Amino acid sequence: MNLYGIELTSRLLLGSARYPSPAMLADAVRASGTEVVTVSLRRESGGQRSGQGFWSLIRDLGVRVLPNTAGCHSAKEAVTTARMARDIFQTPWIKLEVIGDADTLQPDVFDLVEAAAELCADGFEVFPYTTDDLVVADRLLQAGCRVLMPWGAPIGSGRGLNNRFGLRTLRAHFPDVPLIIDAGIGRPSHAVEAMELGFDGVLLNTAVALAGDPVAMAAAFARAIEAGRAGFEAQPMAPRDLAEPSTPITGKAWLA
Amino acid sequence: MHILVNGAAHDVCATTLAQALDALGYRRAIVATALNGAFVPTDHRDTTALAEGDALEILAPMQGG
Repeated sequence: MNLYGIELTSRLLLGSARYPSPAMLADAVRASGTEVVTVSLRRESGGQRSGQGFWSLIRDLGVRVLPNTAGCHSAKEAVTTARMARDIFQTPWIKLEVIGDADTLQPDVFDLVEAAAELCADGFEVFPYTTDDLVVADRLLQAGCRVLMPWGAPIGSGRGLNNRFGLRTLRAHFPDVPLIIDAGIGRPSHAVEAMELGFDGVLLNTAVALAGDPVAMAAAFARAIEAGRAGFEAQPMAPRDLAEPSTPITGKAWLA
Repeated sequence: MHILVNGAAHDVCATTLAQALDALGYRRAIVATALNGAFVPTDHRDTTALAEGDALEILAPMQGG
């Protein structure tokens, strides 16, 4: 998978939040085989400096980081957060999130496109967290994005792919754009389904972090994503409504 | 000088953003800063003056999805 000129072996991008412990996070990242971990920015206390320890842990993992603008509700807020992230993480990559609804965490696609245009013009390489809306996807590409990250379902819901038709349409319309399913994945089977639809990768967090055994689940997702991609590349058979015997009829004995 | 730091009132003895970070315990910390809602790059902190009542945001790497 190639994202903004960076060739990646793993098609799994993993979030770093909600793990039972920092050690569990580190073990899950290693078990997943991911090369990209998402991170965020939050207020730092001068006394506790807890962010410094977290950053040290991530750096020791040797992965590429994808900073996000999680929690931003306007283009202005997201653009400022992105610039602050670039100052710290020294990467042009930004996972652009502009939230429009508090209950579903659905992206505000209008401010998303506005922020994407401003950030792309400023040299960022934007990974927009978007819906499965085809027209919005086209606007994001026009704004300069070269990767799209449509949601499977609301963040943290674990519901899988809510709109298979819309996602399939998106894939068909943009065959050459890296498409990563971001959010809503709950089980490895959801990831297999996304990959079998031809998506280039999957970004997930909660499905691993809140699993009973996050490290084992990270490994399970790694295998699921590989299997789904291999299945897509092998070109699955077309489904039929009626049965068709797999054993040849020719040569069958007449025993009635 | 009275300023807001991450939403809390502080009394700091500093005239620049860089001095305020040192005074508030952020010496050599990996942080990003914004003053009154505007991003201030690391290499501008020495020359960014503080004024009474300024709102300073100091952010650091954190877990994220």
